[in-house]
Amino acid sequence: MKRVYPNKDVCIGCHICELACITAHSQSKDLILAYTVERGQNGVSSCKHVYENGPTCVALSCRHCDEPACVAACISGALQKDPETGRTVYNREKCVGCWSCLMACPYGAIARHPLEQKIVKCDLCFDRPGGPACVAACPNKALKQEER
Amino acid sequence: MLFQPINRNYHDFTIVRDKDLCINCKVCVRQCSYEAHYWDETRQKVMADNAKCVGCHRCEALCPTSAILIQKKHSDFKDNALWRPEFIKYIYKQADTGGVLLTGMGSPVNIPIYWDKLLLDASQVTNPSIDPLREPMELKTFLGCKPDKLEFSKTKDGSPKLKTKLAPQIELNYPIMFSAMSFGSINFNLHIAMARAATELGICYNTGEGGLHKSLYKYGKNTIVQVASGRFGVHRDFLNAGVGIEIKVGQGAKPGIGGHLPGVKINEMVSQTRMIPLGSDAISPAPHHDIYSIEDLHQLIFALKEASEYRVPVSVKIAAVHNVAAIASGIVRAGADIVAIDGIRGGTGAAPGMIRDNVGIPIELALASVDQRLRDEGIRNRASIVAAGGTRCSADVVKAIALGADACYIATSALIAVGCTLCAKCYTGKCPWGIATNDARLAKRQNPEVAAQKMVNLVRAWGHEIEEMLGGMGLNSIESLRGNRDKLRAVGMTDTEMDILGVKHAGR
Repeated sequence: MKRVYPNKDVCIGCHICELACITAHSQSKDLILAYTVERGQNGVSSCKHVYENGPTCVALSCRHCDEPACVAACISGALQKDPETGRTVYNREKCVGCWSCLMACPYGAIARHPLEQKIVKCDLCFDRPGGPACVAACPNKALKQEER
Repeated sequence: MLFQPINRNYHDFTIVRDKDLCINCKVCVRQCSYEAHYWDETRQKVMADNAKCVGCHRCEALCPTSAILIQKKHSDFKDNALWRPEFIKYIYKQADTGGVLLTGMGSPVNIPIYWDKLLLDASQVTNPSIDPLREPMELKTFLGCKPDKLEFSKTKDGSPKLKTKLAPQIELNYPIMFSAMSFGSINFNLHIAMARAATELGICYNTGEGGLHKSLYKYGKNTIVQVASGRFGVHRDFLNAGVGIEIKVGQGAKPGIGGHLPGVKINEMVSQTRMIPLGSDAISPAPHHDIYSIEDLHQLIFALKEASEYRVPVSVKIAAVHNVAAIASGIVRAGADIVAIDGIRGGTGAAPGMIRDNVGIPIELALASVDQRLRDEGIRNRASIVAAGGTRCSADVVKAIALGADACYIATSALIAVGCTLCAKCYTGKCPWGIATNDARLAKRQNPEVAAQKMVNLVRAWGHEIEEMLGGMGLNSIESLRGNRDKLRAVGMTDTEMDILGVKHAGR
């Protein structure tokens, strides 16, 4: 399947992917409203986080593993592997907020929702026409969605 | 501001932030390597220190909400035709530091730009123009010594065979090359990008005086290696790595002085390639200490030809200065296969501002006088001429070729293609666009893949435009334009200028 791969050699640590992610997952789809209003009101937050160590930066999000530890750990069946698309799908309705997946994920790619007893996880912008927002926004082509 | 010299507030730019658009996301804070933007913990918002802004526009370009506007500071000294603001600021700065005014990039001062006063011809009625989209158009260029005449012998079956032994040539698909920018002055990412772009385009890039990193030897077929007065990174393998060797005698931005690479830019990789200690300043001597005459130059040219077993042409690069025509004649007679001339508007990574803005002559005049002199002396075929310094667009290339150049070196244009905004602070090593810096954090801003593509696109685009202009003039080969000054007309020039350029005034 096509996954989003970060390239740490050219990731410049600008965090624009995070802004794109917040916007793509907001109701308004408007960066200014998403960041200044919705972030506080309904807790929209980025599924992707840029980690830095010295000059090295890398933007990490769910890797949609072939054998996801989070799915195995999920006690409510909220996390499932979609056999067709290969995505690791999150069903918000089923999630009980037990944080089992958070602890199971070896990449630290799942975060707690800031306001609710839910998680925040990359959905590969499956319903966005141009593909993942982070990939489209990266100013240095450090994020690529491709088959590897 | 408190605790600062009082002239600190005579800065050049003002950062204007639109309050309705700014979301305090700190992208600008992370992008500005001069720390002009900062996060104010007390006010909980992004603030700016205008005095630190160099006008590179990186923040403006990356601001996701377009909230930032970089403007010239609207504070004027009292009008004075003599004491213009730049001179006042220079004096304030030097009164504080006691140092030479350093700068980067090509000269921004108002020296006449003859490209703008030259107009091209086009065919009408009596001679047909050519459509390059439908008919073949030749841009292929060969650089090197051409024979005085061709001799043929007959083979057994009676067909002719070339008897004349041809000198080595550099073959280019476009009459354009990437000019010398040393590894160190620009970083490795851009060196790979240039090498890849040159390979894809079938042209050459020049290593500059900083040697060639081992990993780039594989791009040798599209590389010209440079030997300058500092001899940084010069050894046998290096001399044999490319398809041409260039002796750099002078540089248009700083005629009469050698290269300057501040120690902060010498990292591990640069130090290895240049064969100098880590962190040491790389200051090239002003002259080559083994060249004090044309005879000495002759010796060096042939030493390099020996070292490379006469496989590659040797170029000599000089800055355009007063007696450039006589100097070029000497260079050709000394055995150079290519003469590269760098005009006063040529770029640099670091040069004293006074020298950059006041020493040398415009490339247009230098090029025309060199071409004419070599023709008059009957030695024009013995060397190709490459024009450098301030080639901004494809029309400049066409005009340079009509004035007598075989090819143009471009460097500033190539850097602008990858983001450079000519803020002219290359010498600080903090280039926010990741170009003139070896800081790992900043150098990453140039993704070699993206940069190579942009350079390729630029040269391809120019190639299309050159073909269009050639076709319009009724020519189907760049060779037919070389030194064809009849295709040029001058507007608003004096008789002396037209005489030097060898062109008629428009209307004649």
